[in-house]
Order: sequence, then structure tokens, then C-alpha cells
Amino acid sequence: MAAINWGFAISRPRVIDVDHNNLRKSDEILLEMPELQSCIGCGACTASCTAGNLTQFNFRKVHTLVRRGEYQGAYEEMNKCMLCGKCRLLCPRGINTRGVVMLIKRKLGDF
Amino acid sequence: MRAKSWSDYQKDIADDRYYYARSCIRQNFFPGSEKAFLEILQRDLGKDIFDDPAHSSCTGIGYHSDVVPLETIMTVVARQFALMSEAGYENFVTSCITSFGIYTEILSTWEEFPETEERTRENLFKATGREFAKPKSLAHTSDVIFHFREEIAARAKRRLVDSMTGEPLKVVEHIGCHYAKIFPKSGIGGSEFPYVLAGMIESWGGECVDYPERRHCCGFGFRNYLVQANRGYSVANSQKKLESMAPYHPDFIVANCPGCSMFLDKWQYTIAEMNGRTYGANGYGIPVLTYEEMAGLVLGYDPWELGMQMHQVNVEPLLDRLGVEYDPSTKYLGRNGKFIGKPASAVVNCPSQEFIYDIKL
Amino acid sequence: MERVIVIGGGVAGMKAALDLRRRGFEVTLLEKSRHLGGKVRKWHCLFPTFTSAAEVLGGLKAEVADSDIEVRLEAEVVSFDNRSVTLASGEKLACGAVVLATGFTLFDARVKEEYGYGIYDNVITSADLEEMFRNGRVALRNGERPRRVAFLHCVGSRDEKVCQRHCSKVCCVTGVKQAIEVKKLFPEADVFNFYMDIRMFGPGYEEMYREAQLSHNIHFVRGRISEASPTIDGRLQIKAEDTLTGRPLKMSVDMLVLLVGMRSNDDNVHLAEQAGVPLAPNGFFAPKDMFAGNVCSPRKGVFYAGAITAPKSIGEVLNEGSAVADAVTEYLS
Repeated sequence: MAAINWGFAISRPRVIDVDHNNLRKSDEILLEMPELQSCIGCGACTASCTAGNLTQFNFRKVHTLVRRGEYQGAYEEMNKCMLCGKCRLLCPRGINTRGVVMLIKRKLGDF
Repeated sequence: MRAKSWSDYQKDIADDRYYYARSCIRQNFFPGSEKAFLEILQRDLGKDIFDDPAHSSCTGIGYHSDVVPLETIMTVVARQFALMSEAGYENFVTSCITSFGIYTEILSTWEEFPETEERTRENLFKATGREFAKPKSLAHTSDVIFHFREEIAARAKRRLVDSMTGEPLKVVEHIGCHYAKIFPKSGIGGSEFPYVLAGMIESWGGECVDYPERRHCCGFGFRNYLVQANRGYSVANSQKKLESMAPYHPDFIVANCPGCSMFLDKWQYTIAEMNGRTYGANGYGIPVLTYEEMAGLVLGYDPWELGMQMHQVNVEPLLDRLGVEYDPSTKYLGRNGKFIGKPASAVVNCPSQEFIYDIKL
Repeated sequence: MERVIVIGGGVAGMKAALDLRRRGFEVTLLEKSRHLGGKVRKWHCLFPTFTSAAEVLGGLKAEVADSDIEVRLEAEVVSFDNRSVTLASGEKLACGAVVLATGFTLFDARVKEEYGYGIYDNVITSADLEEMFRNGRVALRNGERPRRVAFLHCVGSRDEKVCQRHCSKVCCVTGVKQAIEVKKLFPEADVFNFYMDIRMFGPGYEEMYREAQLSHNIHFVRGRISEASPTIDGRLQIKAEDTLTGRPLKMSVDMLVLLVGMRSNDDNVHLAEQAGVPLAPNGFFAPKDMFAGNVCSPRKGVFYAGAITAPKSIGEVLNEGSAVADAVTEYLS
């Protein structure tokens, strides 16, 4: 049968399917750094982010996705961090944000 | 509790004397269904229903695709009501879910903003010289079948059970979004647990399947489908539903919306071609029926009279389970035995199927 | 001394009656059910200290029993004014002032049909969960231990769709409290709280929230669940948006707990109308003013205590019991 040119492809779902995701890495990250779980999503880190003001890098979003088991691209994203540490000065929950960047990079180097 | 949920959402459905408005697309994709509806009402139930050749499209597809403005569609709808009044009817019954949504929405708009009704009266009079009265009752055709489900059950030639084992068939019911998601009160059972199709299935011996994506849209949309490049997420929605219902091994899907019946049926072919995924027993696809077809089978209508040869997914395996007698050689014979053409074989209706069911003419 | 009638035998009513009696008034406490204690009777323990509700209630009830407050159970009030209260039996009781402490009604979760409360076995409300705690057995309907539990905040609160625009205030902290309790019972389970905002308004509440995150690894997802549906293995699939990532999210859970809000009593409309006092737009009684007169009605001799005017925590309600005694004393002297 000749291949059909459909002019479209079946869209991939954007949904975060928590059942489908393997949360093992996420659990490991939270075990090593439970304070990450205390993020209240205020966005101060992202607001002040040196890299985030010049690129698409969004620290809050990336670590939240990682906690939901969405690892794809997280390592590359975290590579955009300049490790300046401004976010850590601002975090109202006192999260060691730079530590989070390094931890995610270490844990998800494969992804 | 579920019973309570649907009994909280009741609506008045007239017992007789209906003015019938057809759907634009059903006549192409499920051509026997509207005829079956008329026959069931007129012949089996002895009701008065007027099939008016003068009525037009409600222009709902144009409206939802942003090419027909609100004022225009209101005037078109007003004209349908005027035709109904002229014919001496008060109970408007529409065959299309989109139309049903449109009529409900417009009647409600007129209620909330009476000046829009006045303007529509003016527009209609200027354009056509007609005047209209609002219908006493507005119902979707599935509401009417639901209303008479017990009468149909009493006349049933067969029930929705496996003819060999007597087990109830597992049926996925799918409700068009515009049936009750716009106005939950306009639908039997409301929008979360609609009972309109479930009630028919239960009365006729089948078993409804409640699966995770039951309430999800089929993905038809309007603009979303009309623009080719957008069809990817239209089909993705159908696929999401099919994937979600697959583990329940449904015997068939029944829908009350022209778009849903069409897309849930035809996208199965598209999905099979695009990524090789097929659904249903042996990958033959899950047949998709309209509620008129389901009622017609229960009442003993001939499947080819019901137009079931026009389905993408072959219905023969289902007919066999139901114990419906049919003549394979007349499948593609239309009126007066005229050959109506035959679709090429498709992945979803795999070769073994063709071997079993397709008798070469 | 004159007689003061307190309508409603929950914590607010009991505290008001006790404080009024202490000030020397003759007090009649009317309760329409067969028991004193109101909604707190059904609660297991109270945030943020996990104090037993029975302990708090027991203290108040013992004090009432030891006092010579006239307690009338199964006494339903049909009308009142500042000088008298008429019961359903037709009896009319004379008094010098009336304290209205009839509290609130728990939101009926069935109204939010999309969550399937009453349809799906393991969709329960926060009140049902408290009952399970009280009975000492939290389990799925089939008796199994839950492996994943989701809490949904704001069910029947901040929701135009069910005509409940107000915030019920205490459900956020209740959700955090219950999540911790569930996690303590089932340490291996994943617990997710789905919220629109987390409103930790009281002392120790924010700290409790932080503890839930840090010490109990409870997941908080900012997004409202849109629907719950059954899965083939008897679980529930829930959908929400993870708004902090901007993506839809779905998961299956064993148990869904709906944190039901506090709504105004249906008979508020009738009572307010016959007594000639105003209701706030949310149906709760509107106090004379929000600051100095929050236990007073605009009508002389009619006073309020507790959740009759707005959703409140137990501590706040108890304070109002004392405050109203003060206001009545001032009025009658």
C-alpha cells in the first residue's frame, strides 16, 4: 500500500502522566534534598535568574517537572544555570537552589 | 446515587407531534439513521413527526468556525421556528447535537437578552416576511428515543446481548459535548453522568462501560478539524478515548452526535494507517453506532436498511454476536438493488475479515 | 437577672452560654439535635496541634453539665426576636437577649458532580475521613490500604459554579493536617494535595504546611482537579493542571478526599427575615460591623457567635463565645 500523505500527524499528549512516569529518580532527589519539596512556587528564583532573563530557562518549572517524573531535557536546561546564586539569596523557604541544580544534573545526567 | 444524579436532570419531552430538523453531515456519514428515526417514530410508535423539506442547515458549523456571525445564525434559527409554526407544530426535534446546542444557546440568549430576540424578529421579517413562535419544547432526537425506550424495549426483536451466551454486550456511550456541556440542565442526566444513551442501553439489555476518558471530547471541534494541519490534535483526542476504553473490550460504541459517531469511527482507520494501532477484538476495530442504528437493530431492522454498510469499521462481527440475520451479498446494494460502490480494504478491517464477510459480486 | 437564650449547642453556643452564666445571667441553651457539640462531635482531632476534638468538646460539655444552664435538646427554633424565642413545639420563651450560634452547613460534595462523590467508592469528604480517623480504621472500601491518596482543596469554596464565592478558610489547614495523618498511617503511600492557594492564616499553620512538605514528603500541586473517573483496576483517575509547569497532569489514585467547605445554613434566610437582620451575600449573617461589633447584629438584643457569621476555626469560635458574653452584658446592664 502506498504511503498516505496525511498533511498532519497524531499530536503527542502534553499531559504529565504520573502513573506512566518513573518516579525513582525524583524520589532519590527528594530523599537527598527534602527541602526541595518545600517549594511554594513563589517564583523569586526565576524572577532573579541571570540565565532566565536571557534564555527560556525557568528553574522553578524545571525542578517541578523533575519532581513529577518529567526528566526529558532537565539536564540540558539546568546546564543553562550560571550558578550565580542570586536565587538562593531570595528563596523564602531557604532552599539550597544551587544545590538543587547540581543535584539534578548529577542524577539526570543520562537524560 | 448515579440514578439520582440523572433523575435530578429531567426535562420535558413531548409525547407526540414533532417538527423534525435534520443534520447536515449525518446524511452523508450515517445516511440510514435519520430515516430510521422517522420510521421508528411513525411506523413503530405511531407518532406524528413532520420531516420538512423547507428547513435549512442551522449554520452551526459555520458559526463555530467563525464564518457565520451570531445575528445571522439567530435569524436562520428563527426561520426554522417560523417553518415549524407554519406547519402547525410546537415541539422542535433536532437530529444534530451541534444544532441542539445552537438552539438551546439561542433560546437562552433570547431569554437573557430580550433585545436580541426583538432584533432577530425584525431581521427575519425583513428578510423573509416570516414571523416565528418559540417552540414549546426543544429536544434532541436521542432524547425522544430515550423517552420511548421502554416502548421500544416492549417491541424489541432482540436485546443487546450476546446471542450465544446471553451475556450483556459491553457498550461505550459517548455524548456529544454540545448536548449538555453548554447547559447541563438541557440534557438528561446532566453533563457529568448523562443518562440519555445509558438509559437506552440499560433498557435494551446492554451494559454501559464507565472508563477513565468517558467524558472526554471526541476531538472533532470545528476549526480544529476543518484546517488540515490541525487534525493532529483532533485525531489525538479520539485516540486518547480509544486507548482508554480498549482494556474494557467494548463490543461497540454508541454516540448521539453526528461528529462523534463519524470521527470515532473514521479515525480508527486513520490511526491504523498512521501508526498501525487497531482496536477491538482481533484488531477489527470497535464498531460505532448511532442510537437510531442501535434502536433499529433492537427493533429488528435490516442493517443495510439502517445504512450500516457506510461505516468505516465493519459491523458484521457485532451483528453476528447480536444474532442479526443479514445478507452479505446485498451489503453494497442500494435502492432497487443498484450497486453503490465498495470501499477498498483497510488495515482496520483486516483481510481475514474480508475473506469471511466480503462476497465478491 | 434577665434570661439570655443561646440558639445552637455547638462549641460557640456552649462557650457563650458558659460565659454568660458566669456573669450571672439565667441561660437557656437550645439545640435542635439530640446532642450538644455540633459539627465538632464528628471530628477526630484539631489542627494545628492534633488535639483531640473529644477532649475540647468534653471539657465544654462537662462545664455545661456542672452549671445550672438550662439545656434543651431537640428544640428547634422557628422564630425569634430580641425578647422571645418560639420553638417548633409552639412554646414561646421570653428573654432579654438572644445569641444566635447555629453555625454552618457542610457543603454537599455531590453537587460537584465531576468528582463522583456518592458514585465512586473511594471518593470521600474530609468529614468522612475524620469519621474514619475516629473509628480508628482508614481503608479503601474493599478494606485495602491506599497506595496513593489525593486531597482536593476548595470543594464548595471559592466556586462561582456552586454559588459559594467565599473562602471557607479552615479547609486548607485541614487538608494539610489530614494529609499528615494519612501519611503517618500509610508511610509508603504517596499523598498529593491539589490546591488553588494554600491559605495558612493561623499560628502554627504555615509551620505545619512546611512540616508536611519537609518531613512527610507530601506533594503539593497547584491546580484544581477537573474530574475523577474510574479506572479498570478499581482506582480513580484524576485530571488537573500542574499550573506551575503549565501542563495538564493526570494520575490514578486509590482515594480522593474532597475538602468540603462551609456554607450558610438554608434556614438563615427565614430566620434573618423574621428577625429583621441582614445576611451577607454569601448567606451568612452580617454582623453590625466587622471590627468592634462582629458579635452584634444591627438589631438591639440579637447577637451572634461563631460560624454563623463566617467560616471560623474552633479557637476563633471559642473567642467569640466569650466576646458575645461581653457584648450581651453591656447591652443588658
